[in-house]
Amino acid sequence: MLYVSWCRTRVAWLALYQALAPASEALVATLPVDRASHLGGALQFFFYDTPKVLMLLTGVVFVMGMINSYFTPERTRALLAGRTEGVANVMAASLGIVTPFCSCSAVPLFIGFVQAGVPLGVTFSFLISAPMVNEVALTLLFGMFGWKVALLYMGLGLSVAILAGWTIGRLKMEAYLEDWVRDMPKTSAQFEDAGVTLADRVQGGFAAVREIVGKVWPYILGGIALGALIHGYVPEDFMVSFMGKDAWWSVPLAVIIGVPMYTNAAGVIPIVQALLAKGAALGTVLAFMMSVIALSLPEMIILRKVLKIRLIATFVAVVATGILLVGFVFNAVL
Amino acid sequence: MDIKVLGTGCANCKNTIALIDQVAKARGVSVTLEKVEELRAIMGYGVMSTPGVVINGKVVHAGGVPSRDKIEQWLTATA
Repeated sequence: MLYVSWCRTRVAWLALYQALAPASEALVATLPVDRASHLGGALQFFFYDTPKVLMLLTGVVFVMGMINSYFTPERTRALLAGRTEGVANVMAASLGIVTPFCSCSAVPLFIGFVQAGVPLGVTFSFLISAPMVNEVALTLLFGMFGWKVALLYMGLGLSVAILAGWTIGRLKMEAYLEDWVRDMPKTSAQFEDAGVTLADRVQGGFAAVREIVGKVWPYILGGIALGALIHGYVPEDFMVSFMGKDAWWSVPLAVIIGVPMYTNAAGVIPIVQALLAKGAALGTVLAFMMSVIALSLPEMIILRKVLKIRLIATFVAVVATGILLVGFVFNAVL
Repeated sequence: MDIKVLGTGCANCKNTIALIDQVAKARGVSVTLEKVEELRAIMGYGVMSTPGVVINGKVVHAGGVPSRDKIEQWLTATA
């Protein structure tokens, strides 16, 4: 029953997606605006891009909602426990993409991993990757800037998570966990499958769409509207002088500005859109985006409950260095 | 029935409590709802993703707001 409704939904989704471009043209044609004028172009862009990105997001979030049900935090932990660093950092960062993660669970997750014998550095790889490289960020980047930007963001985000986690592991900072965390009894990472059916997974997909798309759509709308609006009113190279490739200091500045800002991937998209459209360098913008999502003051305050200051400082320094490198390398190569 | 909701005070935890309260009232089941916000206590239940739900000392749910159907099941199964 649920399966049938899912198939119908999928067919309807594809049909609707195909019809977007002609529908947006038809809609603009009914308005008293010249299609060739700047306003006409902006309107068509808005009416095409908004449903396109929202539909892409709905589709991806639905599929990911189903995939998520295979990768519960408990299973991910069982996969990582007892492994040696190196390969495990790569696994942890990759699992971070598909394991459902809510920033309010960061601390329980952290303790749960460490308690079950997941190495500290590997735990950090997961904790850095999970919020930064996720389906919402990747879909939005793909929908608005194309697959190259999305793939680059994914590759670089994973690299930062793997290398930063590995470095933290090398530094042997286990002593800087809060004492009560170290004293907690070790648990086994045993994992039992609760017998999830396909119907449950489909339901999980719908639930994810309700929750995630319901939360992020205003940001997307804002981002696209901003993109359409600033097109004509801000000079094309407005940002080039202070956020272009030649301004080397723009990368560290972008990272520093990004830390106190706290928002999810969808919230940064409007800013990213505005910056890129006006000539800011891609490396600088991606560094900014990563810094906003991966490093945030509220998160550090929560982490303070389980980590001593020195470990938090190390975490911030290592991740910030990784993001800086990403920005610089990018700007140099492209 | 003794129900505890585990969570560090995020929006989803509050939604979970509100939903359980609502379902219990609608069904006329009397429950004692308690919030567990202390990290050590939460970890004591072995829960890694919040909100978690504990009924009569047993963890029945972890991660995300439980669906209405699920809550109704819990309430009828143990009432």
